[in-house]
Amino acid sequence: MEIRPILASLRKHRIPAMLIVLEIALACAVLCNAVFMIGQRLDDIGWPNAIDEQGISVVSVNGADPKLAASDIPRDLAALRGIAGVTAAAAATSMPLDRNPALSSFTTTPDGKTTVNTSIYFLGSGGEQALGLRLLEGRFFNADEYADSGFKDFNSTGHVMLVTQRDAQRLWPGQDALGKTLYTNGNSWTVVGVIADVLAQDPNFSGPGGRYSSVFFPLHPDGVMGDYVLRSAPQDRARVLREARRALGRLEVGAVVDGATYAGMRGDYFADARSMVWMLLLVCVVMLAVTAFGIVGLTSFWVGQRRRQIGIRRAVGATRSHILQYFQTENFLLGTAGVVLGMVLAFGINLYLMQSYEIARMPWYYLPVSAVAMWVLGQLSVLAPALRASNVPPVVATRSV
Amino acid sequence: MFGYYLDLALRSLARNKVLTTLMVVALALGIGATITTLAVLRLLSGDPLPQKSAQLFYPQMDPYPANQPFSRSGKMPWLLSYVDAMNLLRARRAQRQAAVALSQVKVMPQTADGNPFYADGVMTTADFFPMFDAPFQYGAGWSAGDDDARAQVAVIAGFLNDQLFGGADSVGHMIRIEGHDFRIVGVLRPWAPQPRFYALHLGGHSYGKGQGVFVPLQSARADGITPSAMMSYGPGSGMDHLETSPAIWLGVWLELPDAAAVSTYRRFLANYAQQQVALGRFQKSRTAMPALMEWLRGEHVVPDDARLQAGLAFGFLLICVVNTVGLLLAKCLRRSREIGVRRALGASRAAIFVQFMVEAAIVGMVGGVLGLVFAELGLWGIRHQPAQYAGLAHLDLSMFLFTFVVALAASLIAGLLPAWRACAVAPAPQLKAA
Repeated sequence: MEIRPILASLRKHRIPAMLIVLEIALACAVLCNAVFMIGQRLDDIGWPNAIDEQGISVVSVNGADPKLAASDIPRDLAALRGIAGVTAAAAATSMPLDRNPALSSFTTTPDGKTTVNTSIYFLGSGGEQALGLRLLEGRFFNADEYADSGFKDFNSTGHVMLVTQRDAQRLWPGQDALGKTLYTNGNSWTVVGVIADVLAQDPNFSGPGGRYSSVFFPLHPDGVMGDYVLRSAPQDRARVLREARRALGRLEVGAVVDGATYAGMRGDYFADARSMVWMLLLVCVVMLAVTAFGIVGLTSFWVGQRRRQIGIRRAVGATRSHILQYFQTENFLLGTAGVVLGMVLAFGINLYLMQSYEIARMPWYYLPVSAVAMWVLGQLSVLAPALRASNVPPVVATRSV
Repeated sequence: MFGYYLDLALRSLARNKVLTTLMVVALALGIGATITTLAVLRLLSGDPLPQKSAQLFYPQMDPYPANQPFSRSGKMPWLLSYVDAMNLLRARRAQRQAAVALSQVKVMPQTADGNPFYADGVMTTADFFPMFDAPFQYGAGWSAGDDDARAQVAVIAGFLNDQLFGGADSVGHMIRIEGHDFRIVGVLRPWAPQPRFYALHLGGHSYGKGQGVFVPLQSARADGITPSAMMSYGPGSGMDHLETSPAIWLGVWLELPDAAAVSTYRRFLANYAQQQVALGRFQKSRTAMPALMEWLRGEHVVPDDARLQAGLAFGFLLICVVNTVGLLLAKCLRRSREIGVRRALGASRAAIFVQFMVEAAIVGMVGGVLGLVFAELGLWGIRHQPAQYAGLAHLDLSMFLFTFVVALAASLIAGLLPAWRACAVAPAPQLKAA
């Protein structure tokens, strides 16, 4: 395909050509950044979390008398374990993604410094099984450690802890974490086990460094434990949750009993991110549609304007496919110019967003991918007007307009 | 003349219905998206107390040890410790002053069949209500004497009054909060400043429905009610002895009527911090005292997502405008001959220009009306989103009018280039070609 005549003709229609280029460029720039943001949100929504997310239900009891916790919690747990389908049950202070951050900063030496806030969890006896924690090294807590550990000033009075794998690597890079000691405010704990990564109570609040920085302590029945963690087969969850709420409502008179499946809690946590994804998707689709219709409109006008020219070309021997290719090539050239400009623009917008918002650098491959998308969009929208052009009969050349 | 242009424009728009519809719909989509996101942004970044915000200030100081700073980037600590908050309150150097903490409190209805439930509570001091212009339906706030006497009194929000007492005057009735009886002294009218400036960093929501229960800080603490947010800056800070432990958990607000009072207070605050350094309580003597709006801006209350959405919508509008320019241009170039005839019959360039601008303006106005429909649709969608502020999304009168300003501006800008091209058409060649 000869492109010189196309360029010559475009030079005669500079303004409409520039408008198409500009529209494609703007659409390409917005598309790049929007798709990148969608990708980031989807990444967030998919954060792995090494607990049995599909099997857990959580019933929270708030406002019970803390002085009676030592006798109430074992009683409640006995009732919960009696529910058909419950394979494990335990009390806990908080859950990953429950938006109730309990943070503390641990150091590997008594007077060290850290910039990471670690999420702290306290588990009642059997909590490892109820949550479905995955042990990678070492061991879980034993019965003595549960009995000996209390809660004072937001810290454990015991001497043992579990750390996540991510935290173990951060604190002791290249070393074995087992048997190491962590310190905070003059207290210290020995690491007895390393578990697969569990999310923070509020990862967005903790930031990227604290997302998987979680530690677990054993705790004997105590008033600070407001959550009962129940584990069952996923298909039993709804019934187990219903029965558990009813049972605790009977047992804990005067307290506020609430419950949710863990899958539901996770869904709630990411609800904002999900709605942002939908909003971005909607804008992208509508934007692409508007761009496509713009191209269709302008090209149709062009075809209408050049009917005579097309007729002459057909009369002197051009085939239909020559005409079709002419418009397709023209669109390809405009698309290329638009895409080049658009990629520069997209990169600029990304730089601006990085400075003004907490947005990462866009990986380079977003640029060529959206460039290809814009090319395809251009070719698809030019098809109908180009086909109409190729159907112009040669006889038009002989008619005066 | 204008009527004639209008007639010409309508004829021209009616001649090519598909192209016209395309222009109007594209413009309307762009305007709808822009107005929807701007309405949300306006709502989120608004002034919560327009009549008062310039006189409200938020004092900050830094009790953190030098080797364990509050933040790596040098931010001032968000809250104050009990000791510092009470020292500021007792000094009474401002016209009004109040300390605030939030707490989730268990409320027990007095009826026999009522189940206990949790309500968002505020622990504060007497000046809170007059300082923030909180409107009372029944009764009034408590007095400074009630604060000192640790009186068991409470103010409740209208929605809680509706729920517990069916909306009747409940002043003098008792309400059971966290297992303690409080006498209701006041019922608020619906009152929920957006964003909730006094709740920032205290563990509450910045938007949406307001708090339900307000109780005197010292009375609540005497009953063992604990704050939702607490940050410790030293060892030995539990929830049991918050009054003495190294922990920040209170926000203090000051009402300072004029610039002189502000600078006097700044000096007082700086002196106070230096004294604390001299006493060995603080290691750093830095202080800050932003005004309400300055504080909200500094803490980035408006969610980033809302700003990003507005930026995205604006980019979209830009694409729609470029699109409209292209389509209008196509239409007007197709009518070169008509323009040639009009010019030959005596129409001036200005007349042609105005004619095409009128046409663009009509597209803009129709796009604006349709854009309003899209904006209402968009806001309806936002009201069904999970965000805290979702329920508040609506179009007020000024945004309603602003829609038409945007629509007209967008379409006139879009019409500029085609109209200019149209009036530049030379009449002779057009007539010859015919």
